[in-house]
Amino acid sequence: MKSDNVLLIFKSNIMYKPVIYRLARDFDLIFNILEAKILPRREGRILLELRGDQGQIDQGIKFLEEHEVVVERLADKVWREEDRCVHCGACTGLCPTHALSITSPNMRVAFDVTKCVACGMCGLACPFGAMRDITLFDPFAEGRTGQQYQ
Amino acid sequence: MADFQVNKTIAEINQKIKDGEAVVVTAEEMIGIAREVGPVEAARKVDVVTTGTFGIMCSSGAFLNFGHTKPRIRASKVFLNGVEAYAGVAAVDCYIGVTQTREDDPLNKVFPGRFRYGGGHVIEDLVAGREIQVTAKSYGTDCYPRRSYEVTMTLKDFPNAWLLNPRNAYQNYNCAVNFSKKTIYTYMGILRPDCMNANYSTSGQLSPLLNDPYYQTIGIGTRIFLGGGVGYVIGAGTQHNPGVRRSENGVVMGGAGTIAVRGDLNGMSAKYLRGASMTGYGTSMNVGIGIPIPILNEELARRTGVSDDEIQVPVVEYGLDYPDGGGSPITYVTYGQLRSGEIEVDGRKVTTAPLSSYAVALEICETLKSWIKSGSFLLGEPQETLPSVPR
Ligand code: SF4
Ligand code: SF4
Repeated sequence: MKSDNVLLIFKSNIMYKPVIYRLARDFDLIFNILEAKILPRREGRILLELRGDQGQIDQGIKFLEEHEVVVERLADKVWREEDRCVHCGACTGLCPTHALSITSPNMRVAFDVTKCVACGMCGLACPFGAMRDITLFDPFAEGRTGQQYQ
Repeated sequence: MADFQVNKTIAEINQKIKDGEAVVVTAEEMIGIAREVGPVEAARKVDVVTTGTFGIMCSSGAFLNFGHTKPRIRASKVFLNGVEAYAGVAAVDCYIGVTQTREDDPLNKVFPGRFRYGGGHVIEDLVAGREIQVTAKSYGTDCYPRRSYEVTMTLKDFPNAWLLNPRNAYQNYNCAVNFSKKTIYTYMGILRPDCMNANYSTSGQLSPLLNDPYYQTIGIGTRIFLGGGVGYVIGAGTQHNPGVRRSENGVVMGGAGTIAVRGDLNGMSAKYLRGASMTGYGTSMNVGIGIPIPILNEELARRTGVSDDEIQVPVVEYGLDYPDGGGSPITYVTYGQLRSGEIEVDGRKVTTAPLSSYAVALEICETLKSWIKSGSFLLGEPQETLPSVPR
């Protein structure tokens, strides 16, 4: 069993199309809605946790993309600049999902991207700009369309 | 003077270091040793305990001399990468403070500001060997006619560059919470409303002044690990206050002692001098400091053997009380409790997070230990220890 967090962007033309249920029906995936928002008449965004075999997850994502849903895997988009992180732990008290946590006994801070929901709190809390990609943080900000920013 | 069963001098320990015979352990290792064999035996066995801390230290900066120009200038305004350095000293000297922001920084106009670059980042850039832009202005005098000067320099181009910090390595500090109804952005990090999280600083049991709580071995002339290089304690820091309440073991129950330090920036590293951006607050710098504590007798063995569970930290409210000029402790917790990830304040369970890196503090302890073991780092005999209180 694998778990992947993905951001789905539904452009206005497909905003009300029922596709998500098919992840469960056709691909045997467990999905958990972490956050969802509709920007009126423009697009809808859903942050989804997908659980299943890697193959099924890949197929499910392919299916969504065939139906014009823009899919961003957080694991590809959110990372930590390892050489900027000093393992202080300032981000750990604000991370809502324990994606950032202090490990014993060396007290280093581990980042588990599969638990990350791209809430952006660590980006605000880190004094050293170690948590990236800031552009994806706040995935519900207006104007985001799914293309990669520089 | 109390009578001790073990009596060593710094000179004796230095001789052992030179002979490659000194026993050096980290403050973390000392806890176990003191527990296992007791302070007297530990004092016989161990010669030096290394301590370390790597936290945000706002009272830091660098004195730079950028070299005389042709024709000469008596700079009255100096900017380094757009960050102003104080130039009210002689011709080409200036002091860059870590909390100074860039001239064009939006500050908190769009709240909370991000403060991406400031004096701390300039110092980090310098020790990393990166080029910085130096701009100087003057009104011109007969002896110093030049009115403006602009040059790109790296650290090695500066005739003198010293880290010179008026207050570092606070002995213990507050744990911050927020009782107000909105998220606040402070020098103690981001604090969510209704006491949802608590932030604390200092490396606790590894922290330099918490391992020598009465400053019996620390004072002007103490040689230290500073920013990855070698530096010196040059006296008590600003706000040094040995009179703070102490628990039975002699450890202070809040911010108390501080040190002022100096060291050549050449030889320091960007790993241990890191520009910091505190959202909504401003810029600063993380400074790595390590102090070796000579174990002259069993009392010092006992004091360096103190663990996180035996150090009390005051919990202070930063939403309303601290900004108003208050700051009385709501309650006390230990570093042991803070490190568990959760404390109880007013009957509520509160998530805790450190701001100071224990992991890097430990690396500093280990580095200092290897320097001393290799014989390349001798202990500096303090000419005068920091002001203290009776034990
Ligand atoms: S964005 Fe940062 S704070 Fe938010 S869930 Fe991911 S790791 Fe945690
Ligand atoms: S706040 Fe930044 S530097 Fe500190 S542990 Fe988190 S990511 Fe690393």
